[in-house]
Amino acid sequence: MVESKEQIFEELSRLIAPFNIKGVPITPATDIAADLNIDSVAVMDFVMEIEDRFDIDIPLNLLAEIRTMDELTQVVRERIERGGSA
Amino acid sequence: MSDLFDKYRDIAGRHRQMMAMTGGDNAVGLVMERMLSPTRAVIGGRETILAGTNNYMGITFDPDCIEAGKQALDAYGTGTTGSRIANGSYGIHRELEQELARFLKRKHCIAFTTGYQANLGMIAGLAGPNDTVFLDADSHSSIYDGCTLSGARLVRFRHNDAEDLDRRLTRLANSGEEKGGRLVVLEGIYSMLGDRAPLADFVEVKRRHGFALMVDEAHSFGVLGENGRGLQEETGLESEVDFVVGTFSKSIGAIGGFGAGDHPMFDVIRYASRPYMFTASSSPSSVATATEAVRKLAAEPERRERLRRNAARLHESFRDLGLELGCPVPSPVIAVRGPDEPSTIAMWHSLLRAGVYVNIALPPGTPGKACLLRCSVSAAHTEEDIDRIVAVFRDVVAQPRLAVAGE
Repeated sequence: MVESKEQIFEELSRLIAPFNIKGVPITPATDIAADLNIDSVAVMDFVMEIEDRFDIDIPLNLLAEIRTMDELTQVVRERIERGGSA
Repeated sequence: MSDLFDKYRDIAGRHRQMMAMTGGDNAVGLVMERMLSPTRAVIGGRETILAGTNNYMGITFDPDCIEAGKQALDAYGTGTTGSRIANGSYGIHRELEQELARFLKRKHCIAFTTGYQANLGMIAGLAGPNDTVFLDADSHSSIYDGCTLSGARLVRFRHNDAEDLDRRLTRLANSGEEKGGRLVVLEGIYSMLGDRAPLADFVEVKRRHGFALMVDEAHSFGVLGENGRGLQEETGLESEVDFVVGTFSKSIGAIGGFGAGDHPMFDVIRYASRPYMFTASSSPSSVATATEAVRKLAAEPERRERLRRNAARLHESFRDLGLELGCPVPSPVIAVRGPDEPSTIAMWHSLLRAGVYVNIALPPGTPGKACLLRCSVSAAHTEEDIDRIVAVFRDVVAQPRLAVAGE
């Protein structure tokens, strides 16, 4: 079953919690690197968690284009629909 | 418009803090005022044991290597003044590549100017925008950078987890997005924790899915295997490894790097890989010392044996002290976990003041956000050196834990 945008956002907010050390409130506008002060390695680890949770593949090359939680939600949704495996 | 350096405020602040904690001793910019031997230097006016140099074979002061370097200086001058593609190769370049190919039992070998460029050159030479590179999450930055330069689709799998790679390969195959070829990159010994890739597990996955396998033997070349051909030799899986990469700055004691393989088209990488084409070749003296050092690695297996003994002695002694180590199996890279960043910096500094130089490794450059005191062992260390390193670690690093245990 393909999750709704809201469900995906909620799930991503849950997955990012261990990386959100300062406990910054997560909104769709949250800038993942800048607002949460997450280093590049942690971002890649977060992406790995997302890949496993949704059984999708987010190539590292795509990361440069993703800044906010909303953009990430969009990418995850597109890739779930494309892969059809989630 | 902001200042270009604004983005570095955090990193500069962190460095200032480290300098303040160590009274100006710069953990990431340490100066060795004088080299006394492969394992001794004068640092801050004090004679110091070097336990953080990657000089695995202790070959940097080998008289034959030094002589070969001097002869090359006389015969070929100080520099090559350009790229081998544009400005030509010297006979000694070919000699080095042939010596390495012979040592590795590979048909082809290309020498690069640095080890960093060897990974850049091989990965960007092998993979292009339509291909997919699968890289271990704990890969060295040169591998990440080579992947970026290649323009290939990049998929990162969990460290040393062949099942995870299997899952990701399956996912890619099912996605319908796959176009070109597949390259999987592993390391023989991982530089931070000293752990090895479980090569047999990855070879199983290779048999199921099919891909080109490249192993970066930077820390294992000259070290592992009966003849020093690295993890691929130690595991008896050389025929499954398509490409080998290595550096001259560790076991070889010089500067440079190499890529090797048996593919009939291997040499085309010279004409297709930017990190080979658009950079000056390393100096004649470095090329010549590297060639001599490769001969030494082949002719003097006792260096490997001494290194193995020293690594085992240090690893076991550290374990006896109750130190938390990066890897349960001894290798020339022995990392001791520190409790947190400030304590690890303080420990590094106390070790240095007591005459033992090790590396400090802090996040984000370390796996799992570890704070590490990273030691590298040399065949040139004596047993007394190893015991001295252990004694200083006992006083500096194990001390607080012993005190807690005794309460």
